[in-house]
Amino acid sequence: MQDTARTLCGVSLLGLGLGVYSRQTHSLPATALRPPGVKNEKDFLSACVRCGLCVRDCPYDILKLSTFSDDIALGTPYFTARKIPCEMCEDIPCVKACPTGALDKELTNIDDARMGLAVIVDHETCLNYQGLRCDVCHRVCPLINKAITLEPRHNERSGKHTLFIPVVHSDSCTGCGKCERACVLEEAAIKIFPLKLAKGELGHHYRLGWEEKEKAGKSLVTPDQEHKYNLPEGLKYEHEGQGLMKDLPE
Amino acid sequence: MKLSRRDFIKTNAIAATATAAGITIPGIDSAMAQAGSNKIRWDKAACRFCGTGCSVLVGTKEGRVVATQGDPDAPVNRGLNCIKGYFLSKIMYGKDRLTKPLLRKTDGKYDKEGEFTEVSWDEAFDVMAEKWKDALKKKGPTSVGMFGSGQWTVWEGYAASKLLKAGFRSNNLDPNARHCMASAVGAFMRAFGADEPMGCYDDLEHADAFVLWGANMAEMHPILWSRLSDTRLTKPGSSVHVLSTFKHRCFDLADNGMVFTPQTDLAIANYIAHYIIENNAYDKKFIESNVNFTKTVTDIGYGLRPEHPLEKKKTGTGGKLTAISFEEYKKSVAKYDLEYTSKLSNVPKKNLLELAKLYADPKKKVTSFWTMGFNQHTRGVWVNGLVYNIHLLTGKISEPGNSPFSLTGQPSACGTAREVGTFAHRLPADLVVNNKDHRDFAEKVWKLPEGTIPEKPGYHAVLQNRMLKDGKLNAYWVMCNNNVQAAPNFNEETYPGYRNPENFIVTSDPYPTVTAMASDLILPTAMWTEKEGAYGNAERRTQFWRQQVNAPGEAKSDLWQIVEFSKRFKIEEVWPADLIAKQPGVKGKTLYDVLFKNGQVDKYPKQQITDEAGNQYANSEMDDFGFYLQKGLFEEYRTFGTQGPKIGHDLGEFDAYHKARGMRWPVVDGKETLWRYREGFDPFVKKGEGVKFYGQKDGKAKIIFAPYEPAAESPDKEYDLWLSTGRVLEHWHSGSMTRRVPELYRAFPDAVMFMHPEDAKKRGLRRGMVAKVASRRGDISLRVETRGRNRPPEGLVFVPWFDAGRLINKLTLDATDPLSKETDYKKCAVKVEKV
Repeated sequence: MQDTARTLCGVSLLGLGLGVYSRQTHSLPATALRPPGVKNEKDFLSACVRCGLCVRDCPYDILKLSTFSDDIALGTPYFTARKIPCEMCEDIPCVKACPTGALDKELTNIDDARMGLAVIVDHETCLNYQGLRCDVCHRVCPLINKAITLEPRHNERSGKHTLFIPVVHSDSCTGCGKCERACVLEEAAIKIFPLKLAKGELGHHYRLGWEEKEKAGKSLVTPDQEHKYNLPEGLKYEHEGQGLMKDLPE
Repeated sequence: MKLSRRDFIKTNAIAATATAAGITIPGIDSAMAQAGSNKIRWDKAACRFCGTGCSVLVGTKEGRVVATQGDPDAPVNRGLNCIKGYFLSKIMYGKDRLTKPLLRKTDGKYDKEGEFTEVSWDEAFDVMAEKWKDALKKKGPTSVGMFGSGQWTVWEGYAASKLLKAGFRSNNLDPNARHCMASAVGAFMRAFGADEPMGCYDDLEHADAFVLWGANMAEMHPILWSRLSDTRLTKPGSSVHVLSTFKHRCFDLADNGMVFTPQTDLAIANYIAHYIIENNAYDKKFIESNVNFTKTVTDIGYGLRPEHPLEKKKTGTGGKLTAISFEEYKKSVAKYDLEYTSKLSNVPKKNLLELAKLYADPKKKVTSFWTMGFNQHTRGVWVNGLVYNIHLLTGKISEPGNSPFSLTGQPSACGTAREVGTFAHRLPADLVVNNKDHRDFAEKVWKLPEGTIPEKPGYHAVLQNRMLKDGKLNAYWVMCNNNVQAAPNFNEETYPGYRNPENFIVTSDPYPTVTAMASDLILPTAMWTEKEGAYGNAERRTQFWRQQVNAPGEAKSDLWQIVEFSKRFKIEEVWPADLIAKQPGVKGKTLYDVLFKNGQVDKYPKQQITDEAGNQYANSEMDDFGFYLQKGLFEEYRTFGTQGPKIGHDLGEFDAYHKARGMRWPVVDGKETLWRYREGFDPFVKKGEGVKFYGQKDGKAKIIFAPYEPAAESPDKEYDLWLSTGRVLEHWHSGSMTRRVPELYRAFPDAVMFMHPEDAKKRGLRRGMVAKVASRRGDISLRVETRGRNRPPEGLVFVPWFDAGRLINKLTLDATDPLSKETDYKKCAVKVEKV
């Protein structure tokens, strides 16, 4: 009887431990980023043997192994962008060091890494949104003008300046964290989140027409025919976008 | 009304109770407002950094600048700032701020090889004065000198000019602006007979097209770039053309981006002139009434030491102009056809043609901008002039949107270095030392005997370092700049002079810079809003600020240092007897009495400085000298513009500037001038005159033909890459202020070498690796960057110079424009190796 109780207790303790363990595995904290070559957290955790070789081979001491207090699966490698971002080594030594393939060996071009995604989390404090010429995140980006672009907009308030709005593009951002590290604010307005937290997902029932057209390289349906209009002299009508406009001589 | 903290809490409590009770108490609102302003007091100031001249509001609390904001009422920036401006409130509070004079000493005595030891101002000035007197006695006035700044306030430059040129009778005063825009000055004087742009920043909104000739405005003039971009965005048909030796951030917006082989900008500008003439696109009427055609002497060398092989090879000297006919000019530029120019410059024909067509199109208003790409050039004066040629040929000048616009780098390159004339050859308001009338006028204003100011121009920046090394310049004062980090050829031509045992070097700075540490005496200096100041920006806008806080410890402003030091010299110790005999009244007086207590500078008595809201401000110099020194200096200085021999340099009255968000000179009857030389806009052009370049005697500007000539040092087999140096947005110049702001340091910590990935690969280098870059003069090691903001073509590397730990000036060559004496920091040959 006593033994049974003990066993039950043991099982329930073990259950409790497993519960904590599995919670950790499913919820990587927003501040912790995995090294390059991690496709999804679940597969990574099952393949990672906690050997620490990737951490050892990181030439910039960026990667750390999680400890009890980290709220990350114990003994697994991670980095914190605000403290020290990934330098995106061309030869990716951390991936090379991984003995199990937890860090995917197929990753040979560091630009294909997806450690996370940069997100402008606060438009109200981002200096560029206010019209200041900070754009530090843009200039430190190793994939400048691909992963982060500056979209110019007229500054209605000042009337004669440009707002250079930083826009992150998930098809290029590796999540290296240089932008978050360099953000000059007290609390960064641009942050790297694990992809799962950072990305929305479009309804599967809908497509963006212009993107599909670009992908196909042509109209999906017979191209629109040429339109002709009754117009007074000196005016032309541009079907593609502008509509009615003056026919300016070239 | 002043409220103590206790009173404030009480008032607050009363107000709160009153509000709760739904009653109003008379006077409570104004009491609260006053108390609120006691919390943070806001006042205006010009930004400490670049030549754009943004205005900021400075928030002060308990004697400390605690915050700033972009000034929403300022026409330049309308409340905006760049990232350096955002951190202005932190630049004065670096942990290693100097607060006491430091003298190199061994066993309690000055020793050139001794350790820096804290001394009193008295001791510092005692030792300094002794060294100055010693040098004057042994070798005369040419053995003392000063290296000043385009970051000096207007009156600091003016006081320094008086002390050096009249007091010590030495023209060895030059500003760091020599490294920055001396070529621009040279070209202005040659073409127009008057310095500084004819246009203003409003050209940014009025132009249809912009051409950037060696200006990376996206990083170096961030707020102006923001205005230029806005015009490009909002004005249909507008376009941006960018010329550079490597791709930088401006290329993002460029409709026509052109990367050219270094030095071939000379050919490109001539090609455009050729195209304009060939296609009859020049403005015949404009040329006839407003332009003279000339050519300049060629093959003039590279401003190196006379024994340098390149100097021995040259066949021409100087900048003499010879009148030529339009036909001769036409023939001279004919060589620069599309074929030749495209091949030489490596710019595709299509792009060159597009650029030429733009300038030739009479319907397009074109503003050309340039900065260091043109000025730091061994043919800087020439190439500046070649762009004036284009604007003069087409008449696209001196009207809204049509502007050849030389931008300046420093906050007061115009206001102090140029307008005050702190160059080795200049006097205030475009006057020069080698003109007797000009000297006479200056001596009259300064109430000094005829013959006080020496006729011969002094040593310019690069020559000062050479003369220090050669032991001919022995007592030397560096103020408000970091020349050991900036000046070219550190190993061979800069550092040796500072450590030459014959010399005594003094550096005034808020921080222990590379220059300070290479000196013998360091003087702790008040900076920015720790003193009352005035800056003049690139569009002729003069802006004032009041002293907001006191400097830490014993730090004193440059102005105080200059004026206080003048007390150490009896006139008999610095002037010869025959000069004193011409004005016996000066006998027995000090330089301080003669230069600053002259009845003009000390005219305005000590007073409480207040703003319109009644806030009170300190003025440390007024406290120390007993009169309103800044006002006295400015009002005396102003007479050079209002009564001097060169017209069109009028400034407004001192008090007016404390009220306005700056005013663009010439200011006549309180009215500013937006576009110079054009009737209606410029009060000095009379009715019916249309356009008049009144800086020239006949009112006509000069088109000056100058050919393409190669750079001083080009890549060869061993040193196979071009090196270009420059700045980054995050850091100001040598980084002595911005690198002490943790956030800016974090944003761009250390200098890197931008290079093409193929060039890196060829040398076994990868991004992030440390490489050694070497020229014939020195080497440094730094990380390779093949991505990022700057994308050099194969064959060129770019290294910023802000990093005191990676001194790129160990590599740069001290070749200068022989006319402007400005260093070419954009071109020398280097090699890169794996470490």
